[in-house]
Amino acid sequence: MSASLLPEPIARLPWRVILLVLAIACFGQVVLYSAAGGSVRPWALSQGIRFFVLLGAALTLSYVPTRIWKTGALPAYAIIVVSLLAVELLGKVSGGSQRWLDLGFIRLQPSEFMKPAIVLACARFYDLLPPGETRRFGAIWPAAVLIGLPAALVMAQPDLGTGLMICAGGATVMFLAGIPLRLFIGGGLAAAVSIPLAVNFLLHDYQRNRILIFLDPESDPLGTGYHISQSKIAIGSGGVWGKGFMQGTQSHLDYLPEGHTDFVFATMAEEWGLVGGCLLILAFMLVIRWGIEVAQASEGRFARLTAAGLASTIFFYVGINLMMVMGLAPVVGIPLPLVSFGSSAQMTVLLCLGILMSIDRENRRRARW
Amino acid sequence: MRRSPRIVTEAMQAYSFSRRAWMLGAAQLGVGALLAGRMAWLSIAENARYNSLSESNRVNATLIPPRRGWLIDRNGVPVANNRTDFRVDIIPDRLREKDRVLSLLAQLLQLPPDEMERIHLDLDRAAGFQPVQVAEKLDWERFAAVSVRLPELPGVQPTRGFARHYPGGAAVAHLTGYVGAPTAEQFKETRDPLLVTPGFRLGKDGLEKALEKRLRGQPGAKRVEVTARGKLVAELATRPDVPGRNTRLTIDAGLQEYAARRLGTNSGSAVVIDCRTGEMLCMVSMPAYDPNSFSDGISHLEWEMLSANDHVPLMNKVTQGLYPPGSTVKPMNALALLEAGVAPTDRINCTGALRVGTGVFHCHKRGGHGGLDMKGAVAQSCDIYFYEMIRRMGYDRIAPVARAVGLGQKFELPFGTQRYGTVPDSAWKLAKYKDRWTVADGLNASIGQGYVLANPLQLAVMASRLASGRALQPSLLAAQVHRDADALPYQSEHLQLVREAMWGVVNGGGTGGAARLLVPGVAIAGKTGTAQVRRITMAERRGGVLKNGQLPFKMRDHALFVGFAPADNPRYAMAVVLEHNGHTVRNLDTPMIGRDIMTYMFDRDRALASLADVEPTWGGDIATRMAADEATYRAEHNPPPTAVATKTDDVVPSDAPAVEAATDLANRTQAALANEAAGVTPAEEGTTERTP
Repeated sequence: MSASLLPEPIARLPWRVILLVLAIACFGQVVLYSAAGGSVRPWALSQGIRFFVLLGAALTLSYVPTRIWKTGALPAYAIIVVSLLAVELLGKVSGGSQRWLDLGFIRLQPSEFMKPAIVLACARFYDLLPPGETRRFGAIWPAAVLIGLPAALVMAQPDLGTGLMICAGGATVMFLAGIPLRLFIGGGLAAAVSIPLAVNFLLHDYQRNRILIFLDPESDPLGTGYHISQSKIAIGSGGVWGKGFMQGTQSHLDYLPEGHTDFVFATMAEEWGLVGGCLLILAFMLVIRWGIEVAQASEGRFARLTAAGLASTIFFYVGINLMMVMGLAPVVGIPLPLVSFGSSAQMTVLLCLGILMSIDRENRRRARW
Repeated sequence: MRRSPRIVTEAMQAYSFSRRAWMLGAAQLGVGALLAGRMAWLSIAENARYNSLSESNRVNATLIPPRRGWLIDRNGVPVANNRTDFRVDIIPDRLREKDRVLSLLAQLLQLPPDEMERIHLDLDRAAGFQPVQVAEKLDWERFAAVSVRLPELPGVQPTRGFARHYPGGAAVAHLTGYVGAPTAEQFKETRDPLLVTPGFRLGKDGLEKALEKRLRGQPGAKRVEVTARGKLVAELATRPDVPGRNTRLTIDAGLQEYAARRLGTNSGSAVVIDCRTGEMLCMVSMPAYDPNSFSDGISHLEWEMLSANDHVPLMNKVTQGLYPPGSTVKPMNALALLEAGVAPTDRINCTGALRVGTGVFHCHKRGGHGGLDMKGAVAQSCDIYFYEMIRRMGYDRIAPVARAVGLGQKFELPFGTQRYGTVPDSAWKLAKYKDRWTVADGLNASIGQGYVLANPLQLAVMASRLASGRALQPSLLAAQVHRDADALPYQSEHLQLVREAMWGVVNGGGTGGAARLLVPGVAIAGKTGTAQVRRITMAERRGGVLKNGQLPFKMRDHALFVGFAPADNPRYAMAVVLEHNGHTVRNLDTPMIGRDIMTYMFDRDRALASLADVEPTWGGDIATRMAADEATYRAEHNPPPTAVATKTDDVVPSDAPAVEAATDLANRTQAALANEAAGVTPAEEGTTERTP
C-alpha cells in the first residue's frame, strides 16, 4: 500500500476485495437501472443506498476481533434457531407459510442469517473438538444435528433453496475440518439415491414441478418452465457482445419473469452478452479466491474454517443462481448476491465479507509483527 | 470407530485443511468454468435459435391478406377484381370507456343489437392487440362518420381492405366460381396462418378454385412490438402484400353478360367458340347465384332458396349438365353417312312412322315429310330419313364421327367437375350392360336420344368443328389457347355439304327459320333440337300428344340449338341448351336466343336493342329478377328479418363440396329422369354405374 499518500487506517483496508465488490455492485445497479426501463426507481437507487450502508457496516464489522465471532458463534446460532421456530409457529397460527419475523420496525428473515451462522457454528464446533477426535463418530453427529435442525426448519417453511444452502455451507465446513472423504462420497451416493425418493414423497407440488420441468423445460413453456425457457432465450439471444445497454427486449417487454431479482443475470446477459457474463463470473471468482486465500493465511482452526466456509457460502449463492438461470439447476429461488434486487442476500453476503475482512485484518496484523 | 493415525495434531490438521481448501478451490473454479462454458454454448452455439425465439416473442406479425389477382376478359375488361372494402375494427388494448365507445359506434354504423352482442363477446375473448371486427363492407358515408370522430373513439381503427368483386354478378357466377372463407379442414391440412386471418378468402369453385395458386399472391404483414402481456409497444415496418397474378381469359365479358341476360327466365346455358382458335368467348349457365354475395357467406335462407330452385342455379350446366342432344346431332349424322358412302341425293320417303320389328318409330311431323334427300332431311329435321339410313349403315359407323366432332369427349379446362356424357355403340353396350346392340338402340341414338348424352360445351365444340373442319380444342385461358388444330379426317366436300344443309335449316325454309340473323349480309347456319324427357304412349298419341305448356316443368322437352356464322365463312360457333323449355314462349326459345347472341357478335347495338324490347316481358334484367325472386321466396317462407340479417359462415354449407354434392344430385336426377321418361334404358355418363 502506498502509505505515504493515504492515511494509515484507510490504506490498510483490503482494497482489492472492496474494489471488486464495488465493481460488482455498481454493475448490478446499472443492470437494475436498465431493468426498470431506464430509471433509478424503483430498484437501482434504493439498492445502491442500501449497498453503501451495508458496505460501511461490513467495514465496521472488519474491526471486530475474531475472538468475538468465536465466542458469539454458538449463541448466535441458538438465537437464530429459536427465531426459525418462532417463525414456524407464527406461520402455523396465522395460517400459511411465513418466512419472516415482524419486529415492528424491520422484518427479519432468520433463515437468511442462518447461512453464515451455520458456518460459524460448525467452525466453532470443530474448533472445540480435540484434533484427535476428528475421525471419530463424535466429530460427525453433533455437526449433523447442527446442520439438520435449521435445515429442516427452513425447508418446512418451505424454502428449498435456503435449506440446501445451509446444508451445503455446513457440509463444506465438515469437509474442510477433515471428516473422512469416504463419508462425503458415501453421502453423495446416498443423496443420488434419496433425491428421486424425496422428490416424489417429500417435496411440495410446486417444488416437484420445478424439478421435473427443470429436466424438460419445453414440456411446459407457458407454465413453470416459462422461467427457465425465457431466461435461456435472454442469455442465448444476447450473443457475444449483447444487444446493448437498454436494448434488451426479453426484460423490457416483460417476457423474462423476475428479471430484477432471481433472473437478473439473464437481464444482464441479454444486454451485455457473453463478455459481460464472463467478467461478472470472473469478478465473483476473484472475490471467492480472496476468501480462500484469507482462510489459508489464517491461524487457528476457527478462523480458517470460518473464512473458507464463508467464501464457499458466497460461492454457493453465485453458483446455484447461475446454474438456475442457465438451465443447469431447478428454479430454487436463490438470488445473485450484490446484483439481484433485494435486501436479504445483499445483507448476508456483506455480513460474510465483513467477517472475512475481520479475519483478514487479524492475519495482516500478525504478518506485520 | 477406528482411531486414525493421520490427524492427531494441529499441525497435521492444518496440513489437511490447506489440502482440502485447495481441492475446494479447484472444485469451485471448475464450476466457474462450467458456467462460463454453458453461457458460451447458449450465446454462441445456440445464438441463432435463441435470437429467433426472442424475435418471435417480441414481434407479433398480423398477416395482411394479399390482393387476389384479377380475372380479365380478352379485351382487358375485369371479370373479377377487388373492391375497396371499408371496415372498422377495435384494438382491445387501446379501447377506453368501452360502453360509451360501443354505443357511439352502434349509432354511427347503425349496427343491429345482435351484432353488438357479438362484438361484446369477441372483445371479452380477445387478446390485447388482435383486432376485433366491428363491421365490414361499409359504405363510404358510415365509414367517414366513424373516421371523423376518431378522437372520441380510442381503440377504434377504421381500415381499408379488399373484397372480391364480380362486376358481371350472376352472369359470370359459373365461370369464375366464387371465393369464401377457408374451412377448418383446409386449415388443418396446411397449417398456413393466412387461412385463419380475418378477411382472407380463397377460391371455392370455378376458375377461382382452379386458379387459386396463381390468384392468391403473398400476404403482407403488419408487425408490432408487444409485451409478454400482449400490450402493444410500437408499430414496426409493415411488409406490403404481393398481389396475385392477373389472368386473362378468352371470354368476352360483354358477350358473357349479354348471353346471360338473353337466356331470360330459362334454365339454360350458352357457349360461343371462336372457329379459328377454339377460344371460348362466353360460357353462361343460368340462372345462377350472385358470387358477390357468396364471398361473405350467404344466409341460410338464400342457400335454401338456391337449393330448392328447380332451375338448379348452383350447377354449372355448361360442363356438368348432360342432355340428350336430340336433332342437333343430325348434321353430324349426315357427315357420318356421307363418309360411310351414302350419296347426298339418295332419297327416303317419310310417311310419319317406321315399323322396326314390333315397335313403331314416329317422325316429329305426324303426316310425314314425303320424299327427302340428305339436305332436306337435315333442314326439315326428318327423323325417318335418319332412322332408315342409320338402320342400313349401322350406328357403329356413326359413333366414331360423333366422337371426332367432340361428343363424349373431355376437354382440358380449368374446372374441377366436368361430365362428359356418352356416345354409345355396340362395344360400349356390351362392356357396360353385357347386352347386344339392337336396331332400336341405333334408331334412338340416330336422333340424339336413348343412350346419347352430351353437355352444352361438347355441342358447341361439335358446331365449331363442323364449321371449321378442324379438331378445335376449347380453351378459356388466353395463355393456353390450342392453336394449329388438326384438320378433321373427312372430305372437305362432305363438310361443305353439311354446312350447306345447316344453312338450309335457318335460311332455306327449315325448322330454324326463327334464327335468321338481323344483320344484313351475314347468314347463320344451324340446327335446332328437341329432346323428349318422357315417353309418349300410344294412347296419348291417339288422343293427341300433350302440348308442353300443359305439362309440369320437369316433363317438358329440352330445347337445343347449335350453329355458326357467317355460314359461308364460319367465324363463331355456338350452342344454346334450354332445360325443359318446351318451346312454349317464342322469345325465350332457342332459335331467337341463338340469333340474338350471334347478332351480338356482328352488330352489338342491334342485339342490345333487341334485348331491350323483350327483356321487360319477362321481368327485367338478372339482378331485378333475382331480387324479386328472393323477395317472393322470403315472403313465402317468412322468416323474421332479424334471422336473415345474421350472416354466418358456419351454418351455411357454401363450401365447394356442398355445391358439388348438390349439383351432382341435380344432375343425376335429371339424367335418370330424362332417360326414363324417354322410354329407353337409363344411360349415364361413362364412369358412373347404373342403379337398378
